[in-house]
Amino acid sequence: MLGRIQVPPSVKKGEVFEVRVLVQHPMETGFRRDVNGATIPLNVVDRIACRIGGREVFSAELGTGIAANPYLVFTAVAETSGTVEVAWSDDRGERGVAKAELTVA
Amino acid sequence: MRRRRFLAVAAGAIALPAAAQRFQPAQDIRPLIAEITGGAQAQAGGIEVELPQIAENGNSVPMRVRVASPMTAQDHVSAIHILAERNPRPRVATFHFTPASGRAEVTTRVRLAGTQPVTVIAALSGGRFLLSKTDVLVTSAACLDESL
Repeated sequence: MLGRIQVPPSVKKGEVFEVRVLVQHPMETGFRRDVNGATIPLNVVDRIACRIGGREVFSAELGTGIAANPYLVFTAVAETSGTVEVAWSDDRGERGVAKAELTVA
Repeated sequence: MRRRRFLAVAAGAIALPAAAQRFQPAQDIRPLIAEITGGAQAQAGGIEVELPQIAENGNSVPMRVRVASPMTAQDHVSAIHILAERNPRPRVATFHFTPASGRAEVTTRVRLAGTQPVTVIAALSGGRFLLSKTDVLVTSAACLDESL
């Protein structure tokens, strides 16, 4: 599954910075029908979590009330340089991950 | 300013009756709130919710929630819950924070099935809860339901 994250290339130690996440996903509600009248099954990105250097800093459970192609902006602080990793999974069990390197000056 | 306010009120007067008939009635979300708070009384206020007063397209409504908190290990916001009582599934999202989140702040885009108040509950680390309601007028609702 496709997704992107964006973090500042370099932050100061202890500085609060933004992490932006955009996942490509239809976020099917389970209420829609296709052209043949068959129900399109529910399929949303139900869990997403952000780890920095292996430590979880933020996570979320999303539902059908989140718009298609979920977009999230949250903040984090880091003490040391490391990899910012955002991982998500949907109702069909498909997983995705997006990574970015963060330098703490 | 006066003209802007007039326009907002006028738009509301036109959109409201039509919207009220077309969409399912608001569900009682009090049991849901009680489930989140564990029966504890949630305090009003303390939450900054940025939502448009009038959302043209309910399929994607930009939303930002911020709770002022020192975000230390002793005193931080542990979770923010978003509830939309007119959506077929009122639980929109739950966000979990840690002291390493830096700020209790999140921006996203939500779906709203019609004009309704959006309820935000913040769970604080001390076992306290904050609650806020923000009204949003949705001119074209998200197609979340077959009844639309």
